Amino acid sequence: MIAVIDYGTGNLRSVAKALQHVAPDQSIVVTADPAVIRQAERIVLPGQSAMPDCMRCLADSGLQQVVRDALVERPFLGICLGLQILFEESDEGPTRGLGLLPGRVVRFPEYGMVGASGERLKVPHMGWNRVRQVRRHPLWDGIADETRFYFAHSYYPDPLDSELIAGAADYPSPFTCAVARANIFATQFHPEKSHHAGLKLLANFVTWDGSA
Amino acid sequence: MGLAKRIIPCLDVAAGRVVKGVNFVNLRDAGDPVEVARRYDGQGADELAFLDIRASVETRGLLYDMIEAVADQVFIPLTVGGGVNTIDDIRALLNAGADKVSINTAGVMHPELFGQAAGRYGAQCIVAAIDAKQSAPESWEVYTHGGRNATGIDAVDWAREVVARGAGEILLTSMDRDGARTGFDLALTRAVVDAVDVPVIASGGVGSLGDLVAGIREGGADAVLAASIFHYGEFTVGQAKAAMAAAGIEIRS
Repeated sequence: MIAVIDYGTGNLRSVAKALQHVAPDQSIVVTADPAVIRQAERIVLPGQSAMPDCMRCLADSGLQQVVRDALVERPFLGICLGLQILFEESDEGPTRGLGLLPGRVVRFPEYGMVGASGERLKVPHMGWNRVRQVRRHPLWDGIADETRFYFAHSYYPDPLDSELIAGAADYPSPFTCAVARANIFATQFHPEKSHHAGLKLLANFVTWDGSA
Repeated sequence: MGLAKRIIPCLDVAAGRVVKGVNFVNLRDAGDPVEVARRYDGQGADELAFLDIRASVETRGLLYDMIEAVADQVFIPLTVGGGVNTIDDIRALLNAGADKVSINTAGVMHPELFGQAAGRYGAQCIVAAIDAKQSAPESWEVYTHGGRNATGIDAVDWAREVVARGAGEILLTSMDRDGARTGFDLALTRAVVDAVDVPVIASGGVGSLGDLVAGIREGGADAVLAASIFHYGEFTVGQAKAAMAAAGIEIRS
């Protein structure tokens, strides 16, 4: 059973449906029930909105400790805010993240970013960008390096430990868009919205043994 | 090498069917939303837009069902709009499977809706839809209620305001060009693109693949939206992408 943790931040349907699509025989459960989450073989932590909001939802739902426990041993996939809240702090507000991974979440500059042909780059960073596989990982299996994934965000993680970086993209400077450590893999982009490449990553996740 | 420009087929939906009109009227049937969405997904569309053009309480349930049916099968982003009035509407659409929600008339009546929505769900999922009509040289006026009501508001000023209030993207439709197949209103597109720091989707008027290229090259748009050139089999999304790539525009192949 794969648990998609529902801590009140909306649109979990897309993630659950994409997982079901790649693992038709598995039970995919969108849940806020600590007992179900504890039993799950795999954990997915999605999330949208703002990090302070996400942390408040997590606190209000009483799931913070359950999520911390879920981050140990079992294959864990964080998506978007589900990646950001693994870190310690964010430019987005004074609320602290779970602090499992060292580093903070920072924002693209509001003005002044210029692309290769001189065009102004807009924020949010929205659309399909190339993802560099900074290091090998079972979740990249069968996905060509520099394949495009779908992004929709203004903030991204800046890990203190470069060993954590599994993927990077350019906008226009390189930024971290995937992190990995032991049983944890997390993406700033949305695999559930990234067509074939995203579904492949999810398919890799549902068969991953949790080792890097 | 970086972010690709996006091609977004648009499905105008009325009573559960895809339709297409000229200058917002004279609607013609273009098929079942789920089938149409699947076709564009297969052709390599970067994103899909669904606009409920006859938004009303009676048809709202149909839209939710349709979004759910599409979201179950199509794994690219979906933007949904039409008749979005409240935070509850936004939550319901996101829960049905929409990734972004576009706000038009309700945002003009109650501009604070943009801030509330972005605060709750993040700017990245709040799209401000602006329907604009030329009122004088280099001047465009915002219309609401599916193009029926003039507001007296300048479209470029309004674009700045919605972004300041929290919108993360602008879906800019030229009413003069909608369905006319004479190309985007490039002056309007450029004026709004230059005025804001969020992505702008150009909409209204695509009649040829060259129009898509012009929307990006001359209009400066981050994404181009089209309906009729795709709906009736004239061009595929793949052909549109090939034309853009040939013009040196970075696309997702």
